[in-house]
Amino acid sequence: MGFRSTRLRKGEMTLTEKLWHISWTLILLVTMVASVGFLMLYSAAEGNLSPWADKQMIRFGVGVVFLLFLSMIDIRHFMRYAYAFYTVALVLLVAVEVKGTIGMGAQRWVDLGLFQLQPSELMKIALVLTLARYFHGADVDTVRRISFLIPPALLIAMPAVLVLKQPDLGTAMMLMMGGVVLFLVAGVPLWIFFSVGAVGLAAVPVVWEMLRDYQKNRVLTFLDPDRDPLGTGYHITQSKIALGSGGVFGKGYMLGTQSHLDFLPEHQTDFIFTMLGEEFGMVGGVTLLGLYVLILAYGFYIAARCRHHFGRLVAIGVTTTFFLYVFINIAMVMGLLPVVGIPLPLISYGGTAMMTLMIGFGVLMSVHVHRDVQISRSGGFDD
Amino acid sequence: MSSSLGNSRRDADLSKLFSRRLVLLGGAQTLMLSSLVARMYYLQVIEADRYHTLAEENRINLRLLPPPRGRIVDRFGVPLAINHQNFRVLIVSEQVKELDATLDRLAKIITLTETDRHRVMRELKRKRRFVPVPVRENLTWEEMAAVQVNAPDLPGVQIDEGLARVYPLGENTSHILGYVSSVSEDDLANSTDPLLQLPGFRIGKAGVERQFDRVLRGKGGNTQVEVNAVGRVIRELSREEGESGVELALSIDTRLQRVAADAIGEESGTVVVMDVMTGEVLAMASQPAYDANAFTRGLSSEEWKTLVSNPKGPLANKPIAGQYAPGSTFKMVVALAALEAGVIRPEQTVSCPGHYELGNAKFHCWKKGGHGSVDMVNALKHSCDVYFYEVARRLGIDRIADMARRFGLGSVTGIDLPGEKGGLIPDRNWKRAVMNDVWHAGESLVAGIGQGYITTTPLQLAVMTARIANGGLAVKPTLVRQSNRDPRLSAADLKPPKDLGVVRQHLSIVQQGMWEVVNGPGGTAQKVRLPEELGQMAGKTGTAQVRRISKAERDTGVIKNEDLPWERRDHALFVSFAPYDNPRYAVACVIEHGGGGSAVAAPIARRVMIETLKLDPARHSPASAVTASLKTER
Repeated sequence: MGFRSTRLRKGEMTLTEKLWHISWTLILLVTMVASVGFLMLYSAAEGNLSPWADKQMIRFGVGVVFLLFLSMIDIRHFMRYAYAFYTVALVLLVAVEVKGTIGMGAQRWVDLGLFQLQPSELMKIALVLTLARYFHGADVDTVRRISFLIPPALLIAMPAVLVLKQPDLGTAMMLMMGGVVLFLVAGVPLWIFFSVGAVGLAAVPVVWEMLRDYQKNRVLTFLDPDRDPLGTGYHITQSKIALGSGGVFGKGYMLGTQSHLDFLPEHQTDFIFTMLGEEFGMVGGVTLLGLYVLILAYGFYIAARCRHHFGRLVAIGVTTTFFLYVFINIAMVMGLLPVVGIPLPLISYGGTAMMTLMIGFGVLMSVHVHRDVQISRSGGFDD
Repeated sequence: MSSSLGNSRRDADLSKLFSRRLVLLGGAQTLMLSSLVARMYYLQVIEADRYHTLAEENRINLRLLPPPRGRIVDRFGVPLAINHQNFRVLIVSEQVKELDATLDRLAKIITLTETDRHRVMRELKRKRRFVPVPVRENLTWEEMAAVQVNAPDLPGVQIDEGLARVYPLGENTSHILGYVSSVSEDDLANSTDPLLQLPGFRIGKAGVERQFDRVLRGKGGNTQVEVNAVGRVIRELSREEGESGVELALSIDTRLQRVAADAIGEESGTVVVMDVMTGEVLAMASQPAYDANAFTRGLSSEEWKTLVSNPKGPLANKPIAGQYAPGSTFKMVVALAALEAGVIRPEQTVSCPGHYELGNAKFHCWKKGGHGSVDMVNALKHSCDVYFYEVARRLGIDRIADMARRFGLGSVTGIDLPGEKGGLIPDRNWKRAVMNDVWHAGESLVAGIGQGYITTTPLQLAVMTARIANGGLAVKPTLVRQSNRDPRLSAADLKPPKDLGVVRQHLSIVQQGMWEVVNGPGGTAQKVRLPEELGQMAGKTGTAQVRRISKAERDTGVIKNEDLPWERRDHALFVSFAPYDNPRYAVACVIEHGGGGSAVAAPIARRVMIETLKLDPARHSPASAVTASLKTER
């Protein structure tokens, strides 16, 4: 990298310095995407701010403030508390699992009084920080050792299994794929991925048996949506009809017949991209994808400019999480992936995902602000 | 320092590796996002047309608008069949998650019988998933409101407001009007009218409702509506109005119809009142009857069993479908044939010793001691069988049959009702063709008194009497008087009836004989003389044997009808016309297993005739005050 000339900072940066380093470009991009969301939620409510657009705007506003607050926190603090953070998230996951077993039915959140905390969302960030810290000290040779790779694999597997048991197939997928990507950028040799991949493929029948009936149904219906056109396949079929009928230029803002006549279920949450596709056509869909790509590219840029390994890994981890949201959701509504309940980031109505994303962007911004600080191999401010 | 150098070298290696992996990751993500764009292109460009069509199909629903069924009124505009508002519950299986649970919940709100549930299940299986199936009809306002209030818990359950057919006179008019009922598979196969596909659509299944179904039904309109995913109508895109059914006016006089039914009472029988000049049927009662309203609602299996197992046949429309030996009411036809053929002069007498011998066969007169010497008028008056044995022997069956047919016997009259039977007038050819046997002279004798192979319907007897009364004009019975939109339906009235070519003097002699029956001293029906002020009635009794009387029984004395089981008793018949000097009305009455014509049928006919003469419907214009008041009411 070309930034070796300047000296790394050992001490804490001043607040002014930090503010100076905040990337307003990223905030602008995020705000643009969120604004598209406000527009779509306004349309979903038949031209009303309530019940969705207004709340979403408030959440986003609060989220931006939180983002800025997080970006002021020294990245080394994130590193120092990464394992603690992970432990808390894991305990909470176990807690909801136990509570779910004792109580009636599946519960995915902990009620903290003021707001509901979804530990699996927290885990998305905690896992990225933890893996980043774990791999921070590892050099090219270290990451070749299998024994070195077993603890992080367990760090991924534990929450993934707990989330899968909830059962939340989408989030479990995201945790695993996010973790795998960190392995990749940490420099784990490619042959390990291929070997694990091969073993994984062989394990497919075993996993199949472990899936719940409704999950099996979702997969089967995904493979053949006509299998049950009025049951589980209904979502996909209607979504494809709505998208397809939008054509190249769409039916016009607030004129999407399928969405507005309720043929399209969940059009304010998971299937909001379909509504956008119906009303603004392929042009609208590609434009939104373009905005997402800009954010992703900016994430890669932050990773590339960061001069410590922890920051790079965190940036890639957060960016990848964001990418997974985008890809899984859009692929899902277009019938390329099973319907797994992953929202479209910054656009779908909902508080939990918004919170995760804003924390993620906050951490990413912190990486950007503290790109030039020095972090010792073992972590910490000195050494 | 060396360790520091080593560190920086390792850092550089790591950075290089990281950069390579970053490119790899970026490439993979770009590829994945490109696949999304490709998919978007496939859905929104390549397949756009197909999905566009699907979206329109999703959104636009073509709905048929059932036209209101035409009303049926009597000759004075009194409503006989009308449409009432009817709330019903429908269920659409594709919108229902659990059918049983939904029906259970529904059953808590409105009463649902097991039969209802079975029928719904059966129909749901048979029909396509999006076709609504009626669960229950004729909901009260409260029930309807209860279902509406609970609608959120009853997905796929709809309330719909339709028109139900109601017959205000119930049993009184059921055999004439028939009823409407659900469309059967056969109806569907034989018709392309999309109206038949409508849930709960009713079509005429009997009587006038069936005969004039197409005109009463009207033409369905349609509306294109935009619907949302649960089928709720968002707005109407276009509408094409249908045509409501035609209103039919019948020739029936409701008041007379009621009197006729009352007169028959508990007996199993029929009375037909006809205008002898126009052929219009003024009343046509068939007892016992059924309530057509029950058929429209749908019968329970018990109700159905009761109707079917009743020996008095409440489902049979006896005036047109009951075929009875005419008995002595046939004698006028035989007399006319004899006069036309010249085999006997009216004043010529035949001696009746109480029986008649042909070869070694012995034919009995109904009067054991015999009538002595009788001419034609007296033979009719006393209904002497021996006289008609002799006349029939001279005539032979073919000439009798010819005259019978001219008077409308032995073939369908063509009245505007389905299910009419023809009866039978036998002749030599018929016997050869059907029974492969020659005609025996003895069979002509039996035919001469209206027994044997001969069968006629009560309506035919009324037509015969009308033709005798009107001076030999071939009037045809009609039931539909006019229709407010279809002129074809009233055309029949306008054509003057053809002359049968019967000599007027011959008819006078027969009419005189019929006058004597009622008014002469010793006539077989002298008890049924009309009150002075109403004029005079002419008539003829008839008793049709339904069993064979053996020689042994004749020797020991014929068993009286009252001593026989009901179904072996004789049918009682009476035909009449009035007023004698200027005939206008013919009344025919047949009482199944009633016993004697004079004792049972004649008094019933008399009662109806009196009422007919009092009301005199034929001479009252249908555009009377009654009609006017009814029209303003609508």
